[in-house]
Amino acid sequence: MTEKLVDIRNLTVRFKGARTVYAINDLSLSLKQGETLALLGESGSGKSVTLKTLLRLLPPRRSEIEGEIRVNGTDVQALSGKALQSYRGGEVSMVFQDPGLALDPVYTVGAQIAEAVMRHKGLRKEEAISTAFDMLQRVHIPSPERRLRNYPHELSGGMRQRVMIALALACRPRLLLADEPTTALDATVQIQILLLLRDLQREFGMGVIFVTHDIGVAVEVSERIAVMYAGRIVEEGTTHEIINDPRHPYTRGLLAANLHDIARGERLNAIPGAPPALEEPPSGCSFAPRCPMAGPVCRAGVPDFVNLGPRRRVACLRVDPVPAE
Amino acid sequence: MALVETSGLGGITTAHSGYWSGVARRLVRDPVTMICLTILVLLILSAIFAPWLGLADPHKGSMIARLKPIGTEGHLLGTDEQGRDMLARLIYGGRLTLFIGLMPVVLAFFIGSVLGIIAGYAGGLTNTIIMRTVDVFFAFPSVLLAIAISGALGAGIVNSLVSLTIVFIPPITRVAEAVTSGVRALDYIDAARASGAKALTVIRVHVIGNVLSPIFVYATSLTSVCMILAAGLSFLGIGVRPPEPEWGLMLNTLRSAIYVDPWLSALPGLMIFVTSLCLNLLSDGVRSAMNVRD
Repeated sequence: MTEKLVDIRNLTVRFKGARTVYAINDLSLSLKQGETLALLGESGSGKSVTLKTLLRLLPPRRSEIEGEIRVNGTDVQALSGKALQSYRGGEVSMVFQDPGLALDPVYTVGAQIAEAVMRHKGLRKEEAISTAFDMLQRVHIPSPERRLRNYPHELSGGMRQRVMIALALACRPRLLLADEPTTALDATVQIQILLLLRDLQREFGMGVIFVTHDIGVAVEVSERIAVMYAGRIVEEGTTHEIINDPRHPYTRGLLAANLHDIARGERLNAIPGAPPALEEPPSGCSFAPRCPMAGPVCRAGVPDFVNLGPRRRVACLRVDPVPAE
Repeated sequence: MALVETSGLGGITTAHSGYWSGVARRLVRDPVTMICLTILVLLILSAIFAPWLGLADPHKGSMIARLKPIGTEGHLLGTDEQGRDMLARLIYGGRLTLFIGLMPVVLAFFIGSVLGIIAGYAGGLTNTIIMRTVDVFFAFPSVLLAIAISGALGAGIVNSLVSLTIVFIPPITRVAEAVTSGVRALDYIDAARASGAKALTVIRVHVIGNVLSPIFVYATSLTSVCMILAAGLSFLGIGVRPPEPEWGLMLNTLRSAIYVDPWLSALPGLMIFVTSLCLNLLSDGVRSAMNVRD
């Protein structure tokens, strides 16, 4: 078995403030080298917080983090100073949701890519610029030498996201975190960016954690899917297993709620209710109030994972040993 | 195609040559700004090169030639109440007036930006301490504050510089803090941290790069206020002391002559008016020329 690239154990994140928010509750997750995992879940389920924890981007004064995070064997929580700086961007980098906000408007895109390359690779300016040029070619930006001199506002949304990807990959990280990289783009551009990310992942052989709320996107890019609900993972497995054999009622609800097989005028299959407020620690299954199968036992305690196979697990007490249908 | 330029990698730059030339082009096309710029440049140049312009001695008075009207032979703009040449005094006066009018804003720009950026980026307790201290100064109208500090320190050029600098630090700090905390919340600051930049690099490159131009534009709009305040301090006798030529002071001393020759007495005021108007219009013009995003 290959070394785990990412190994998160019993991660709990709480935000303190006027009220405490239990953003992540006892989350464990692992990723192998070169694997693509989609973190699937609705807004507020803790996907982005998980990514930010991995990069230590959460405000230290307001957040309490427990548990263990190892990336490529290093304990992320223990990093500081120079080690943290070379870890961020060198080992792990991130593609943000809205490239219009994540690129600095007062610098040319070439300067921004070169800046990151000079920082991590210790290259001279000319070399860094030629690396930036090379990266822009790899993300298939037309006339890259001209684009180097462009400001972010002069580029279209899709082009900006390509630049963002070039920036994230310029230092050849082992792990790429993608925080809904296609949400801010329109549908035709989305698919191009997804295909690009998939190609680059194969080319560079890096691990990718891809956060999305769109099950279609998750299926498109990832080999494995972890479904998150209310700050914890409720089901994990290969993309094939999750799509064809969902076990958790929430996952089933998500799959049933897709629009493709619905005739016009028919009522959409939505999951009734809304996700819980995360202001107190969960005392039972967080999904129980919305679950058609829930019983008293579900509310009594947080369900443990049922292992259905190697790296296939589901946190539900009602899961049947045999596949449904 | 033979015309397609195949520049080697060595020729690739990340510099955007179009930006500053674009700003310059927009400025040149703006007649109001260009006129203001010309007037200001002429004023500044004449103030700097005053000793070489062949003017009369601004300190040398004459008991016989007092309060000569504008257009008198030998005194193009007449003479003041002590018979000193007005043209020379106005041009020499520009040296002190412009210096006292601009220096405090320059100093306050540096000090206020540093304070505001620290407060905005650090947040929390640091922010509270800096901003609440700054708020204390906001409790007083700026004129009153300048007079109070100058009065306490005593008259003199250095003291007026100090008091005016103190007056302009709070508003600049306010603006710097507001802009910085706005920028800090943006994704690209997180993105810079996520790509491994040190806190200092994040501030130096990404925060300052984004906040400096709004603070700068705001500061330029304060220069005219500062000039008027400086002139006001001299007018009240707690700024520049006679016999130094300074527009505010000249306005004060010529006050008594207003019934004898109102036009002559108005000249220093006219200079203050024209200069501050030009500064305001120039700052507006530069602001709109630099704004490429809209």
